[in-house]
Amino acid sequence: MSPTPPPGSPAPAEPRSMSRRSFLRGSTVMAAGVAAIAAGLAPLRKLEDFGSVEEFLRTHYLELTPEKMKEVLARIERGVEKQYGLRPHVRDYRPMNGVEFVYALNLTRCVGCRKCVHACVAENNQSRDPAIEYIRVLKMPNGTFDLEKGDHGYTPASVREPGFFYMPVQCHQCKNPPCVKVCPVKATWTEADGITVIDYNWCIGCRYCEAACPYFARRFNFAEPSIPKEKLNPNMSYLGNQPRHKGVMEKCHFCIQRTRAGLYPACLEVCPTGARKFGNILDPNSEVSYILKNKRVFVLKEEVGTLPRFFYYFDV
Amino acid sequence: MKTAVRNYAVFLWRSAALVFEGDWRYFAWICTLFALCLVGLNAYSRQLVEGLATTGMTDQVSWGVYIANFTFLVGVAAAAVMLVIPVYIYRNQELHDLVIFGELLAVAAILMCLAFVTVDLGRPERFWHLIPFVGKFNFPGSMLSWDVIVLNGYLLLNVHICGYLLYCRYQNRKPAKWFYIPFVFIGIFWAVSIHTVTAFLYVGLGGRPFWNSAIVGPRFLASAFTAGPAIIILALQVIRRVTSYQVPDRALLTLRSIVQVSMLINLFLLGNEVFKEFYTDSLHVASARYLFLGLHGHNALVPWIWTAIGFNVIAMILLALPLSRSLKWLDVACVLAIVGIWIEKGMGLVVPGFVPSPLGEIVEYLPTWNETAISLGIWAFGLLCYTFFLRMAVPILQGRLNRNNESQAPANA
Repeated sequence: MSPTPPPGSPAPAEPRSMSRRSFLRGSTVMAAGVAAIAAGLAPLRKLEDFGSVEEFLRTHYLELTPEKMKEVLARIERGVEKQYGLRPHVRDYRPMNGVEFVYALNLTRCVGCRKCVHACVAENNQSRDPAIEYIRVLKMPNGTFDLEKGDHGYTPASVREPGFFYMPVQCHQCKNPPCVKVCPVKATWTEADGITVIDYNWCIGCRYCEAACPYFARRFNFAEPSIPKEKLNPNMSYLGNQPRHKGVMEKCHFCIQRTRAGLYPACLEVCPTGARKFGNILDPNSEVSYILKNKRVFVLKEEVGTLPRFFYYFDV
Repeated sequence: MKTAVRNYAVFLWRSAALVFEGDWRYFAWICTLFALCLVGLNAYSRQLVEGLATTGMTDQVSWGVYIANFTFLVGVAAAAVMLVIPVYIYRNQELHDLVIFGELLAVAAILMCLAFVTVDLGRPERFWHLIPFVGKFNFPGSMLSWDVIVLNGYLLLNVHICGYLLYCRYQNRKPAKWFYIPFVFIGIFWAVSIHTVTAFLYVGLGGRPFWNSAIVGPRFLASAFTAGPAIIILALQVIRRVTSYQVPDRALLTLRSIVQVSMLINLFLLGNEVFKEFYTDSLHVASARYLFLGLHGHNALVPWIWTAIGFNVIAMILLALPLSRSLKWLDVACVLAIVGIWIEKGMGLVVPGFVPSPLGEIVEYLPTWNETAISLGIWAFGLLCYTFFLRMAVPILQGRLNRNNESQAPANA
């Protein structure tokens, strides 16, 4: 690694540590090095989404003042228009007072048609390529709840198949969410109405939340999402279905842009069997309150202590 | 004050200039490393443009070789204390001057760690969100925020200690005890903390039974104190061969006993884990079964983990025998231990945690070429840094680069 002076010589003075010759050599090496580095960085010329300074210095959602929010929403609209050639309507929907959302799913009724999966993709502007889906439906053999026995990729000509039941899994909107706990930059948190949201513009993409989630509910944008222009849902929300960019997390948010405006989530609305129920648990007369009081209800992986707001139940 | 600044600037300039001094072997070595760095940089540029889709990672296996190498290297950095403790607590004289080589290795290892986490980020330009008081730091909630603090703190501690001691040597000055001894002792606890916190990153996840085990922290320390000193043994022999710096055999043998004991504890703890998993035989054994035996016909990691165990056991036997008092055999044992532990606690710990997925799906992980090139680039970068550090430190420690011979080498030449 260094020139070897004769062995055993008692620490001679460093021979002229910087001569003219070595300086010239040094500069040549430096120049060659800089040129080589530039060559190495060449692929960066293809970098398209090189964000603006404003984008780089964007503040966290919870710190946006109303004026700043207006600016940011307008900027998102302009960005979407530029990318997709379609002017969207982006709003910041806030939680309603006295509302805590809960989901209940009837395993007796679910037939595993996956209509919820596709309705969710269409509503929430998920990337089609690479495909991102928030809902995963497991085809389970009767007689077990061992998830390892579940089939994720079933494609029969028609459902339901005898001997099996179907279990859709999506974000459980936990009361004690491990994903929120582990996020190093507070890019994900639980809102007053129980929905765990992500600030797509704050997330650094470390995927620690994805490792922490016991329900495989979180998805990462490994590449720039692509959505055909005609498939884009122009009714958008900041914390919900605004188009994402590569390198950030996303997941089910109970269709914030619908549910905070008094509508049902897209997955519920499309369900042909009425297996999906959604509502306000703080309202004792709501459907979900009735189900939780009167049906045989359970939560997935109760032992991990996440206290989901997503319940499964049986009819009989 | 003005002369102090000037002296320090001259010191930095002369040290930096040394990097361009050397024989052809030295230049061949650094040019090779530099070329590998560029290959990595090129691959990283591609990853920046196309996203992490250029890696083999998926939503199911969302961490891969980057985090595996990160975990291993935190251990290497922590292992510098295995030189510090004998010297500063047990007053071991042979190791005294060698401590600095260990601490410089820690600095290089931490730089590699920081590079590995950076390349793993989906939005690296938002790194500033992680800076306390500037971004939005989830402290003390997130173990990752703890890691940011302990890793950067450890880097600063070691840079300070090495920098100060080398500068004093250059100035022919006796270092002021109050200015470095407290940091040395803080550094001992800090070293343990960096690896414990890194273990807690995994241990704290209730949804991942394979990691959610209290023994992971102790296992991390044991394997770190095996692989780290093993790397130092090899580094010291390189130093002794290519420079005129005298490294006594006895120092290497002291390190040998450290590696010996640590490897024994490491294998013992691994055995504990294996017993708990397979004897209990609950559903939670799935990941361990995937790692050691394969699961439902998927067995990508099986050959790796058995190679690792084979290497570790052979290293253990070699280290236990008097045979490894001969440096040739000690080197073999060290290489086996380093490779074995790199597999065991890198890919062998990170990947099986994700297989099967929380919903029971089995998706295997294989790093892509791009990902491998980036990892190689970072390793080359770390080695290059360590080479440069040694290139500066050795002549200073030998007194060849000294304030007294400043005039012989005009700073502006």
